[in-house]
Amino acid sequence: MIWPLQRRNVPTPTLGGAGEIQARFKVEHADFTLDVDLNLPGRGVSALFGHSGSGKTSCLRCFAGLDRPSEGYLQVNGEVWQDSAQGLFVPAHKRAVGYVFQGANLFAHLSVRRNLEYGLKRIPAAQRRIALEQAVELLGIGHLLQRLPGKLSGGEQQRVGIARALLTSPRMLLLDEPLAALDLKRKQEVLPYLERLHSELQMPIIYVSHSPDEVARLADHLVLLEDGKVSASGPLKETLLRADLPFVFEEDAEAVVDAQVTAHDPAYGLLAVQLPGSGISLQLPHGPLPPGQSVRVKIKARDVSLSLQQAQHSSVLNLLPARVVDWINVAEQAHVLVRVQVGREQLMARITRYSFDRLNIQREQSLWAQVKSVSLLGAS
Amino acid sequence: MPLTEADFAAVLLTLELAALTTVLLLLIGTPIAWWLARTGSRWKQPIGAIVALPLVLPPTVIGFYLLVSMGPHGVIGQLTQSLGLGTLTFTFTGLLIGSVFYSLPFVVQPLQNAFEAIGRAPLEAAATLRAGPWDAFFTVVLPLAKPGFVTAAILGFAHTVGEFGVVLMIGGNIPGKTQVASVQIYNHVETMNYAQAHWLAGGMVLFSFIVLLALYSGRSSQRVWQ
Repeated sequence: MIWPLQRRNVPTPTLGGAGEIQARFKVEHADFTLDVDLNLPGRGVSALFGHSGSGKTSCLRCFAGLDRPSEGYLQVNGEVWQDSAQGLFVPAHKRAVGYVFQGANLFAHLSVRRNLEYGLKRIPAAQRRIALEQAVELLGIGHLLQRLPGKLSGGEQQRVGIARALLTSPRMLLLDEPLAALDLKRKQEVLPYLERLHSELQMPIIYVSHSPDEVARLADHLVLLEDGKVSASGPLKETLLRADLPFVFEEDAEAVVDAQVTAHDPAYGLLAVQLPGSGISLQLPHGPLPPGQSVRVKIKARDVSLSLQQAQHSSVLNLLPARVVDWINVAEQAHVLVRVQVGREQLMARITRYSFDRLNIQREQSLWAQVKSVSLLGAS
Repeated sequence: MPLTEADFAAVLLTLELAALTTVLLLLIGTPIAWWLARTGSRWKQPIGAIVALPLVLPPTVIGFYLLVSMGPHGVIGQLTQSLGLGTLTFTFTGLLIGSVFYSLPFVVQPLQNAFEAIGRAPLEAAATLRAGPWDAFFTVVLPLAKPGFVTAAILGFAHTVGEFGVVLMIGGNIPGKTQVASVQIYNHVETMNYAQAHWLAGGMVLFSFIVLLALYSGRSSQRVWQ
């Protein structure tokens, strides 16, 4: 199965620049403190990523007004929803947010249609920006309208939950691990719809997840939460490559690259994709996709090796001209992570310290990156 | 004719009392149950215990205190007198007040259980869908708690029909005013009129059986929600 991305161009905000969502929350419980200060872009998907207990959901609940932080400030695209210094707190039901709950949280006593209409009816007609039919079509739930939520699968419930939230014409969509309660098959059923939201909606989406692949696949902006604090926040690709946070996703450093399909070789089952702007091509084993299709691929640091010459007789398919940006030492002594520029994108290579010294790697040095494995995100 | 005119009057009065008590109890019990189900206050346990008192106290005790407080020198009595209503002892209104106290836990507890079972999640969903607290209560909580309301109403009604001690203490035995079916049975037995007592007592047994049967079959069909 493949999950091509329909990506639109999101203006990438610069790190530390003024975002269009400003949020400061401080929540103190006996055993947990959430203390965050966030600037998020006013468009695109911002992922709140962290382990369970890191404060992701608490943070999201503060955005929605479901929890009232003792100290807080929240401004979304010019509208202030909380300012504890002024004693201002807009209650949840007066905030234009759409909230998708972890377990869908549909009303058990209402049919799917009545669930969808519940929020829609409460929005003045003049403020509605999406019709019931549109939301139904977007989430593919037309055949479910007459059923009761109890008769739906987890994936179907979640899609209804998303449509229900969209029908309130929110200014911001909040998703609390919408896939966490689903098995792999149901995840694959819902993910394409999430990607459609991403490409077709103008509103900012805040996506809480502890799944590296979901985040890498859907997010434009990444916020890392640890013990109720923000340990990093920035555009996804840059943040994944930040030298001071090499193991954003813990097991392995990886880079995420956007590319376009150019061709498919049926004889060898290889798909060729091109990095925009540089003409550099990558090949990966995959079924055919239409040329021009935008895709997002993941390249793990451990699958990239470096060579001074363009190897002529190698089994590695992808040899890319690269330039050394910088490097960091990883915790174990034997390896070094080298960040290289390939066209407009950056990759990480995990090589041994021995090779690093033997190749005498320098900043700005030109060399070749051999990429042993490229995976289309979500293809797992 | 198995039932005398006085018996019929007692049965009618009983039904009237039970129906009015049930309506009042749903109105009073709902906010109490809602508060008990939601609050984190340290008053939750004491208030909950007070509501449950009639479950364990002999009805004569409740009746005694109500008699004293509704009497000419009691708190309620003073109040009703100053409002020009006289005292409520040995009146239908007094009986109604006594019944409300007596059956309160039978209404509050099923409602509280129903509200607790619903939890916060549907209310939070309603809030994010722009429903204010009242709106959410009527459109989400009431329908979801419907089985709880049915149980509460049936138990409140049936328990009021079966009340005896409180009635005797504060209502006495005034035909057409405070003479309810259970008291009428007592009268028949006092006067050695066992045949008449049988008709009323048997009727009460049948009524209670039907009520409980309805309650239990209702409960098993509610499983559809789960």
